[in-house]
Amino acid sequence: MNYTFRFRDVFSSWDILQDGLLLTLRLSVITILAGLVIGTLCAAAMTYGPRWLRLSVQSYVEVIRNTPLIVQLFLVFFGLPSLGVRLDAETASVLTLSVNLGAYTSEIVRAGLEAIPKTQIEAGHALGLTGPQIFRYIVLFPALKTTYPALASQFILLMLATSVVSQISAEDLFHAASIIQSRTFRDFEVYAVVAGIYLALALALRVMFSGFYHLAFGRR
Amino acid sequence: MIRDFGLIDVGYLMLAARWTLLLAAIAFVGGSIAGLLLTLLRVQPFAPLRWVASAWILIVQGTPLLAWLFVFYFGLALIGFPISTWLAVIAAYSLYASAYLAEIWRGALQSIPRQQWEAGSALALGFLEQLQHVIIPQAIRIAIPPTVGFLVQLIKNTSLAAVIGFVELTREGQLTNASTFKPFTVFIVVAAIYFAICFPLTQLSRNLEGRLHVARRVS
Repeated sequence: MNYTFRFRDVFSSWDILQDGLLLTLRLSVITILAGLVIGTLCAAAMTYGPRWLRLSVQSYVEVIRNTPLIVQLFLVFFGLPSLGVRLDAETASVLTLSVNLGAYTSEIVRAGLEAIPKTQIEAGHALGLTGPQIFRYIVLFPALKTTYPALASQFILLMLATSVVSQISAEDLFHAASIIQSRTFRDFEVYAVVAGIYLALALALRVMFSGFYHLAFGRR
Repeated sequence: MIRDFGLIDVGYLMLAARWTLLLAAIAFVGGSIAGLLLTLLRVQPFAPLRWVASAWILIVQGTPLLAWLFVFYFGLALIGFPISTWLAVIAAYSLYASAYLAEIWRGALQSIPRQQWEAGSALALGFLEQLQHVIIPQAIRIAIPPTVGFLVQLIKNTSLAAVIGFVELTREGQLTNASTFKPFTVFIVVAAIYFAICFPLTQLSRNLEGRLHVARRVS
């Protein structure tokens, strides 16, 4: 092996990486928030909704969970324009990632909702709480608490999965890597550095999530 | 030349799915071998080896699979292998699968109560004998449903191999789209084929989980 590694070429294009990193972070944050909302609504619909609603949410979840993310992205970005819906790469990415994460989140939250004993809800009624109050304090809060670790790792997986949006030309961190690669031809070094940045992000998210857990649920 | 999207294209897409399945199968075997080794490293008593295995898992689970595909695709050439998509995808997917399988299996091993290990050592069984005769027969029931679940993840993620030009179902979809320019139809068909492969496995995993759960409650 007589190859000299030159990481300097990669780091001299740091501004490109930085721009990509910003989009990756933005995509992750928006998607996690949207996915959490979609997932919670779907989980509530699956647990308490009428039969037709349960069935349609169930089919949404199964379809998303049994097809690859990249195919979903292609369908939205390349397929929808032929039906007259034209989205730019970033919008298509946010939309697809949120719909995707929502399906996974709903399965996790649903498990949490189902674990709440019926007697707890009855106790809420006995205390004269309204429906929304019962849902918020007695059902949702404990459910989110018990499923928190699973949610956190799903969100970290989502952050890593955002790298796929580079394939529909959204200019995220991974896309930045391919730009630097085509400029410097330092293939291996670029992808090794980018992998390192993702790893740092994943570790940082993990620390942040456990900090947030103590903030939100630590008092009890 | 733009031609029409016909039944023959559906046929070609279905044929391409065999490369998806083959890749998933190879990656599963490769990942299982490495994953088994990692699992053993994580439960054996010598601490530094446990740290090595944990670091491996931490790194693989903290980086995108896409990055590994590119690192292997370009990196293998640096250490003297010819650039080969097959070699790169097999290496990347085995590495990916090893970390996730090792985590699943370690969880299954550790869900077996300590007393079972202690009972084994009270019977003068060595570490490997304890694993073989006491722990693994119990842990395997717990491990099977999530392992099948991970297989679904693996099959779906083989779609990423398309980005380094490995021709499987998704890549075949891109190629079909390039010649027919019917992206919506093409990718719906592609998605439907993935669904037809993955959905039965998801249901299987769920059924197994239900059945094994009952067994655990009885004991």
